[in-house]
Amino acid sequence: MISVLLTLMAIATTAIIVQRNLFAVVILFGIYSFLMATVLVALDAVDVGMTEASVGAGISTVLFLGVLYLTRSEEMKPMHRPLLPLAFALATGFMLVYGTLGLPAFSDPDAPMHRHVAPRYINEGLRETGVPNIVTAVLASYRGYDTLGETTVVFTAGIGVIALMRRIRRRRREQPK
Amino acid sequence: MTVASHYSYWVTIFLAVAGLYIVIARGNLVKKLVGLSIFQTSVYLLYIAPGKLIGGTAPIVSSEFQVYSNPLPHVLILTAIVVGVATLALGLALVVRLKEAYGSIEEDEILAQDRDA
Repeated sequence: MISVLLTLMAIATTAIIVQRNLFAVVILFGIYSFLMATVLVALDAVDVGMTEASVGAGISTVLFLGVLYLTRSEEMKPMHRPLLPLAFALATGFMLVYGTLGLPAFSDPDAPMHRHVAPRYINEGLRETGVPNIVTAVLASYRGYDTLGETTVVFTAGIGVIALMRRIRRRRREQPK
Repeated sequence: MTVASHYSYWVTIFLAVAGLYIVIARGNLVKKLVGLSIFQTSVYLLYIAPGKLIGGTAPIVSSEFQVYSNPLPHVLILTAIVVGVATLALGLALVVRLKEAYGSIEEDEILAQDRDA
């Protein structure tokens, strides 16, 4: 089932590349994000799936639609042919595929990532923090300072957005005079 | 190594390369940001997919289950999603600001105006 969902995501991405109407691109991106959230739930990452559905498919789509309202919704035809970017992207893709050949197979319980740190959190997490959800335990307890840093990043981005948008609103107010 | 055992990696790579291609090849700034978001979300898959164990369950400890998926990539990607939407919001605010300054969200038109000025 995961393979089917992944294939659907690849199809949605191809449609995003081909489509020139930006409204359609944004809606396709919303579909893509919901597919991503479904894949994440299928991969047993329920917390991440919930966040992706609300933030990726919800807030991002609303932000994109707001920007389309303020700008315009048709993409111009490109002036030059995209041969160099295509070659660059394909070369990167082939190098990455070559890199995966040595990686452990999907769902291999002997992969290094399943043997090293994770068992420690799964076995001791409930006893040490009292939180049965290990993701919450790591996020809020073991790595609480990282989460604090993350809120700082969001705060800084919020200040940046406000600073940029306030100038526009002030100028709009001055213009009708 | 078979196709079935590495399919998730390859779809992840396709998404990353498609996002990269949109960012480089397309001149429209909104489309560029969509490409950047696709690149970002492909990284979520890169981290989460190897953490899955078939027959396992979500990492919420219960006496009824023994096998759990790896919780550490989930924690990292939760942070990445939130930071991703923060950068996206800042990028979109810049697009609105550029539209106000140049009257266009096409890279080619903006560069042409800069050249003429």
